Parts: sequence; structure tokens; C-alpha cells
Amino acid sequence: MARFGHSTLAILILLFLLLPLIIVLPLSLSSGSYLSFPPPGFSLRWYRSFFDSRSWTDAALMSVQVALPVTLLSILLGTPAAIGLARGAFIGKRMVQALVLSPVIVPGIIVAIGAYFVYARFGLVGHPVALVLAHTCLAVPFVVINVGAGLHAVDPQLERAALSLGASPLGTFRQITLPLIAPGILAGAVFAFITSFDELLVALFLSGSAAVTLPRRMFDEIRFDIDPTIAAVSTLLIITTTGLMLLAELLRRRIQQRRILGT
Amino acid sequence: MLVLPLLVFLLVFFVYPVGAMLLRSIEPGTWSLAAYRDLLASGVFWRVMEITLEIALIVTVCCLLLAYPLALWLARLPQAVANFALILVLVPFWTSVLVRSYAWMALLERHGIVNNLLVGLGLFDTPVKLLNTRLAVCLAMMHVLLPFMVLPIYASLRSLDWRLVRAAQSLGATPWGALRQVVLPLSRPGIGAGVTLVFTLAIGFYITPVLVGASSDVMISVLINDEVGQLAWPSASAMAAVLLALVLLVTAGLARLTGARAVPGTI
Repeated sequence: MARFGHSTLAILILLFLLLPLIIVLPLSLSSGSYLSFPPPGFSLRWYRSFFDSRSWTDAALMSVQVALPVTLLSILLGTPAAIGLARGAFIGKRMVQALVLSPVIVPGIIVAIGAYFVYARFGLVGHPVALVLAHTCLAVPFVVINVGAGLHAVDPQLERAALSLGASPLGTFRQITLPLIAPGILAGAVFAFITSFDELLVALFLSGSAAVTLPRRMFDEIRFDIDPTIAAVSTLLIITTTGLMLLAELLRRRIQQRRILGT
Repeated sequence: MLVLPLLVFLLVFFVYPVGAMLLRSIEPGTWSLAAYRDLLASGVFWRVMEITLEIALIVTVCCLLLAYPLALWLARLPQAVANFALILVLVPFWTSVLVRSYAWMALLERHGIVNNLLVGLGLFDTPVKLLNTRLAVCLAMMHVLLPFMVLPIYASLRSLDWRLVRAAQSLGATPWGALRQVVLPLSRPGIGAGVTLVFTLAIGFYITPVLVGASSDVMISVLINDEVGQLAWPSASAMAAVLLALVLLVTAGLARLTGARAVPGTI
């Protein structure tokens, strides 16, 4: 009986997490001209209004244009750093570790106005490059964490064995380490992409009028009125994030399986 | 040496901008603490801090109360089922805060779903003001932050040796007693990490309070944003420094108290 009550409670809490997301779908499919539930009828008109509007599609494109270089930069900087942190021994390692993770802990508004304070002086506000640089700081910890988890599962003795059998350090990395940590890199890449793609606070300060991203466009729209176009965009975003999330989750499972095989 | 490129990148594009902005509060050159003196003398600042801490505290306590039973339930499920159920926690976790705040706006607005339901059930004759209230901002923030509490608690309960619970029960502990005296103390690192994450993230919240909060419930991030909008840099950066100090203090303090290490994004 107690167990049954506990399950009911847990499922209710899960519903609290999920229902607000699920409810956006019928709203986006409404044929009415403002948000109403239940919708008076179903249509795809709000999706059409999204895809027909240059300002919406441009904003979506800008978000991708920013998120892709952020992802690439995060992998290039984060992967070696994760290896250095996992395998190397150097003075101040804990400080470096704390610094690498700190962009996630420092409140978003502080990161945003700090970036604005400096980039405004260089005339970079409204330039996608400013967004890429600031977003990379926020995204790179996720690559370091995920690659770190992947490395944790790799037995360092495999690397030592390769080295002792005559492989060069670079060859060892390419043939032994890299294939083993590839799922971790990919999972980190997915999280880095989502982090940048969804980021609003930095975008509010740095996107100006020339580099308007999708979250920025949504925020401006929501403050004036909440027509169902936002519901359509939200649904598309939920579907995209869920898809990417499941991908990252599958990759994470592969890491875990490796760990079991390794031990 | 592999860490060097990232280290340099973060020093240039993260530490330098934030540091330069924070230094603005003491006006380099004059080295004056006037901005901080004004801040401490400002009634608005204290009122905003009070509101911010109050909301953060309510949200943290409510998140803990909801997260613990959920995490406990997840931890007792067979691994395969738990993995699936975890995805249900991770999907909202990774959905943008903006989208989730918007969903709460749609739920709580005057002719929104909740009001239609309340009126439809005959509980109220006319729609109630739900959006832009303290209740709305607490609900929406709880929704956004709950996964940050569930995931670390789940992780600590998963790694717990459940034979200890069976041992306690075979020695005469009631299920409730075993929970209180064995499970709860052993999951303290998870609780500590969750509480730290949720509380520190909550005091820095901006998007949700702006969209669903009451206009009188100004939180510190919103005030900082307003100050920057008026180009009042010294006061904005002094507030940013106080907020950052608070976040770091809470993180370090709670870590010491609970032995928890808050590493967000990991399970």
C-alpha cells in the first residue's frame, strides 16, 4: 500500500515536469487566433506563419550559425583540456578545474553584462563573433565533463601498452584514446550545441539588431503578445532538444557499456 | 599543457570581461567604495535582496520536498525502467528555460488552461489572476530547477548500499525509521549538491521572473539588468559583485557542510 502511494506520488511529480511541455503542442496546432484551450479546431497555420516570416527563419538560421562554431570550438578546446585534467599532474590543477567549470556556476546576468561591458568597447555588439566567443565559455564545461567521464572509463594501461609497443604519443591518441572517448566527445558536442542554441541572457545584450537569435526573437515577441506562433516555435524547439537529448543519452549508454566491459 | 589553450581562452573571454566589469564598481583610478556605500544605504537594494532570497528559499525547499520522493522511487526501480524514467526528467532539463516559462504563461494567463479549468469546475465564478504573481514565479522556477535537485539525489541513492537498509529492518527498524536513520543520512552529499545548485541558480534567475513574476517582485538579476539599461555601471557592477560573492559563499559553505561537490551537468 505504501509502495503504491509512493508510485502515485512519483508519477504525479513526473507529470508536473512533463505536462507544461506537452500542453504546448495542442496550443500550437490551434486554428484560433489567440491561445485558447481546448483549441477551437486544428490547423498548421502557426507553423506556416513561422516558416513564412523572414524575421523568424533568419533568427533560427542565426542561432544555428552561432551554435555550430560554438560546438566546434568547444570540442577543440574542451577535449584536450579534459585529457590534460584526467591524465596530467600539475600544480594548481584543482584551481584550473574550478575555473573550467565556473561559467556554469556564475549567474547568467553577470556573464552577460561582463561580455557586454567589454565587447561594446570593441564595437562587437550585434556581431555573431561576440555571441560565439561568449557562448563557448558557457558551453565548453559540458564537453570537459562528458569527455572526462569517457576518459574515466578508459583504462590508462591500454595507452601505456600502445606506447611500450612502439606507438608514438600521437598515434596512441589517434588509435587508442580517441576511438574510446568518441562517444563522450559527441555527447559533449550535443550539450554544447543545445547550450548555445537555447541561450538567451547573453543574446539579449550582445545580439544587437544584427545578430538576433531565435531565443532573442521569441523573448521580444512574448513580451508584447503571446500569439500561437510562439507555441509553434516552442514545439519545434522541444522536439529538436528531445531528439538531440536522446542522441546524447544513447552515446552516454555506450560509454557506460564500455566501462562494464573494461572492468 | 593540454589544458593551456582552454585556460587562455577562458582567461581572455570569461575572466577578463567579468573581472573588468566587476572592477568598474570601485572605479579604477579613484579606488572608491562609494558604489558599495550607496548600495548598502539603498532601500531598494535591500528590499530586492530580501525578495530574491525569499523566492530562492521557497523554491529550494519545495524542490527538495518534490525531488526526494521522486529520486527515491527512481532509485528503487530496475535499472532499465529507471533509465527510461530518467529521460522523462532529462527532457524538461534540457528544454530551454524560455520555452518552459512560456508554457507557464500559457497555463496561468487570464483565459489560460488553469483558469478555464477552475471556472469550468465551478471553483471560481470568474478567472483568477494567476500570471505575474509570487505563486506563478515560484511554480515556474520550481519546474525549471526540479531536475537539478532530482539528478544528484538520484545519483547518491543509486550508489547507496541497499543491504544496509535490509540490515536495519531485520534489526527491527520500521521502513520509515530506516529511511530516516539510514537512507537520508547516506544521501546527504546528493541533497547537498542539489540544494546548492538550486539555491545558487535561483538567486541568479532572470528570464522566469521577468516573464511570469509579479512586477513588484523584482529579483536581483532584474535590478542589475535595469541598472545596466540606465548605464549606471558602478551600481550595476557593485550588485553583480554582491550576487557573485553570495553564490560563491553559498557554494563553498554548503559543500563544507554536506561534503557535496556541485558539478552541474553530470549525473
